Amino acid sequence: MNCCSQKPIMEMPSGERLCKSHFTEYFESKVFNTIRKFDLVGKEENLGVALSGGKDSLSVLNILNKLSKQNPKIKINAIAIDEGIAGYRDKTLEKAREFCDKNRIKLHIFSYKEEFGLDLDEMLKILKVKPCTICGIFRRYLLNKKSKELKLTKLATGHNLDDECQSILMNQMRNDIAASARLGPKTGIMQNENLFVPRIKPLYLCTEKEVTAYAFINGLLDSFNECPNAPQAFRANVRDMLNELEQKNPGTKYSIVNSFLQTLPLLKEKFKGGIINICLKCSEPAANDVCNACVYLEKLKGKVEVR
Amino acid sequence: MAKIHVNAFIDRESKNTKLELDDNSQVIDLLKKLNINPVTVIVSRNNELILEDERLNNNDEIRILSVISGG
Repeated sequence: MNCCSQKPIMEMPSGERLCKSHFTEYFESKVFNTIRKFDLVGKEENLGVALSGGKDSLSVLNILNKLSKQNPKIKINAIAIDEGIAGYRDKTLEKAREFCDKNRIKLHIFSYKEEFGLDLDEMLKILKVKPCTICGIFRRYLLNKKSKELKLTKLATGHNLDDECQSILMNQMRNDIAASARLGPKTGIMQNENLFVPRIKPLYLCTEKEVTAYAFINGLLDSFNECPNAPQAFRANVRDMLNELEQKNPGTKYSIVNSFLQTLPLLKEKFKGGIINICLKCSEPAANDVCNACVYLEKLKGKVEVR
Repeated sequence: MAKIHVNAFIDRESKNTKLELDDNSQVIDLLKKLNINPVTVIVSRNNELILEDERLNNNDEIRILSVISGG
């Protein structure tokens, strides 16, 4: 059934077919409802948006910027991390800069090179580790540290329903339920709030296809640009399997995430109380005496002059 | 049966493909021929999104955009 006399551009799992303007209205309402349902944004916030320049983070920033315009007590900042991946991050950062300039949003860019003395490409020549492992450790480290320095009250990310669904299944398949306890629309809230800036996922209930359509309609979708280090065989397998199931049984991803949400409070209760240390070297949160970022920096230090 | 010719650009592979399809073919037929799961893409013609049951015309220029993040 079509929503109106305008040409439909998206079909919902329910079978309803929405035109461009009704789809935009539906998508933005869904994000605002997610924010309300999970209490992601308070009445007064200094919000950060982790911006890669890709469709997901630009869509989050676009919508939170609209929220900020409606409520001046909600401030918006964008944070981008330049890992130094030649031919990839420079392109996405250009899109991030262009969007922030156009919308007068303050963009803070922090690079591995300036913060650690080496960019990712240089680190990978020295350390024999999977690129995504080390990149993730340093990116999360910088995002948390810089969010605290900027006095951000929360950090929004572009994680969508597909990302969450993949993580839930991957954790099940690895028998790592403790990792699932750290999922959800709002994360990073531990015993010591001064250590972690809470993370929020406003696109939590939006499929990747919906986000892409929204980004396309709103001019936020750039040409396809893939990180040269991207292939993560396991996640790609789970993603393909989920997409096949979704094709045969529309609404599968939504059902997986919704049923997970019913068990999440139990998981959080079961796995609460893990002791979080303060890194002896940098005072950032750490699972052990020294955080993972400092462990890798120490390994790099032996090879070249860093930090 | 009469045939139509469609030019499809697949952004993930940065590749143009010319295809011959039966007259009255729809977007879904094009995706099937390319072995692409419709859940993983959005499809546009003349910079407007089109649905899977949209009829294709001879000489259509179609863009197939991946919804999968690149990194």
